[in-house]
Amino acid sequence: MMHKLYENLGKIIPLGEMTLQRANLAFITLDCRYLRSALHHLRDVEGYSHLVLLTAVDWLEEDLFQLTYLLSNRTADMDVGLRVMLPRENASMDSIHDIWPTAATYQRELREMFGIDFPGSPRVNEEFILEGWQEIPPYRRDFDTKKYSEENFAHREGRVTKDPASHMKELLYPDRGQ
Amino acid sequence: MNYQPDRSKYPAKKADGTLDIDLTSGKYLKLWHGPNHPGITGNMSVELTVCGDEVVEGKVHVGYLHRGFEKLMERRSFIQCFPIVCRICVPEPDFNEYCYAAAIEELSGVVVPERAHWIRTMILEMGRINSYLMYLGGQAGALGQGVIGQWTTYVRDLMLDRFEELTGARIYHMFILPGGVRDDLPEGFKERLEATLKEVDAVLKDVNDVMFKNAVFKRRSIGVGYIDPAWVDEYGITGPNARAAGVAKDVRKDQPYLVYDQLDFEPVVDHGSDIYTRADVRRRDVAMSVDLLRQILAKMPNEGPVMAKLPNVLHWQIPRGETYIRGECSRGEYGFYLVTDGSRFPRRVNVRGPSYTHAMTLLERMIVNTNISDIAALMVSLHTYPPEIER
Repeated sequence: MMHKLYENLGKIIPLGEMTLQRANLAFITLDCRYLRSALHHLRDVEGYSHLVLLTAVDWLEEDLFQLTYLLSNRTADMDVGLRVMLPRENASMDSIHDIWPTAATYQRELREMFGIDFPGSPRVNEEFILEGWQEIPPYRRDFDTKKYSEENFAHREGRVTKDPASHMKELLYPDRGQ
Repeated sequence: MNYQPDRSKYPAKKADGTLDIDLTSGKYLKLWHGPNHPGITGNMSVELTVCGDEVVEGKVHVGYLHRGFEKLMERRSFIQCFPIVCRICVPEPDFNEYCYAAAIEELSGVVVPERAHWIRTMILEMGRINSYLMYLGGQAGALGQGVIGQWTTYVRDLMLDRFEELTGARIYHMFILPGGVRDDLPEGFKERLEATLKEVDAVLKDVNDVMFKNAVFKRRSIGVGYIDPAWVDEYGITGPNARAAGVAKDVRKDQPYLVYDQLDFEPVVDHGSDIYTRADVRRRDVAMSVDLLRQILAKMPNEGPVMAKLPNVLHWQIPRGETYIRGECSRGEYGFYLVTDGSRFPRRVNVRGPSYTHAMTLLERMIVNTNISDIAALMVSLHTYPPEIER
């Protein structure tokens, strides 16, 4: 089934590699220029009408962002994930809110958490969760959470640690000493 | 305010699509509903623009309890993530454990023993009942029937007792781990669970009599908060919210996982698509879960291992790959998208909670042209939990 889908989609647009994760789940890599055509085809012709999720993976070492558009065909019990690789520098991608209105929320979140722009997406530049954030987007791999918290929050001393064996002896039998 | 029969034309829109509202005119007012409001579903708020008692625009604001679950998981080994995943959804934490564990099992090739599948299914159905009971109390409370919440809390507490004796914890269980479940059932557990199910049955009957046959509840909920079936795919609506709109979406039936293909059930579907129907679908879902639990107790194998042999989990490296595991929780499709890079830590974990789609875009669409007094009931009827939005 998945190979047939890959074949059908390949007739319309150039595709990259396909990873068959299990019989009813495959991931297909494609160029960002062909994403919208692929989504339209999958939704209108192949029955993948449910946008399950849209998220990003930061491949910092390769200087790439991976956008994953996971679609589901409920009646056929098939899922396909479209992988689009973007350069990390000034990452920008076509908005798909006109295909699925719910995508606008995902895109707003990706804009804030990864810094990936989706020009034309509704309220994409409005704050989603963070207020007054000045650092690099926090879900990027190069955002150092420990360094950020040390710079922005006061240090709180931890509790004193004691060796349980000697501590309990001291508490229970103070006369006997160590 | 005079009621406008044709609400779709009110107020006008500017050329750029935004509403033509002049706040200085005194005709419109900005009003914040939440973040801490008794009629709201947890820590989130809705920024309302109202005209009289009618909402003309609503913007959802979340982030009040963001703890960065997904980011935290990238810095922890696979097994260290379990205390995090269960906290993503407080009333139904087991779903996160199952989806995350199943994703790890798939990527690492661990085969789960048969008996563990049955115990996992039992736990998920127990969690579903817990979640629905909390919802029913909230839904009734949003329309002034506080007593329902007291009854459902009582019986939910009995269910938490069962969780406590099974897992040692009432809320965050961490019982479903990669490879199976942490332990076998205690002696006499089946009988005690059956006794609790009888109590659930009894309370459910009382809830039906007092809540669903109540004239006030009917008048406040029938025809209010309509979801058009055409929106289901547009907004990614799943679970009871879709099933109350006549769309038979149920992962347990459509894409069976665990042992659901060995159980006899039909997803509850109705067509009213309003607050009343959504509540009623959930009430009938509880009855179905009780029935499913009885089937599980009867069919479950009595002996056998409950945990597979695993490598040293503290140094567990999982090969590079990606997968998506989904299940049907009490609010709809729940899924974990897990990406691994061959190291000891997840490369990326994305939690697809049903609340994300329901409480953001859908709510903003639904809230327009409703009355302020209906907002609390409308929000509760979508059954959303904010931690799933701000993971």
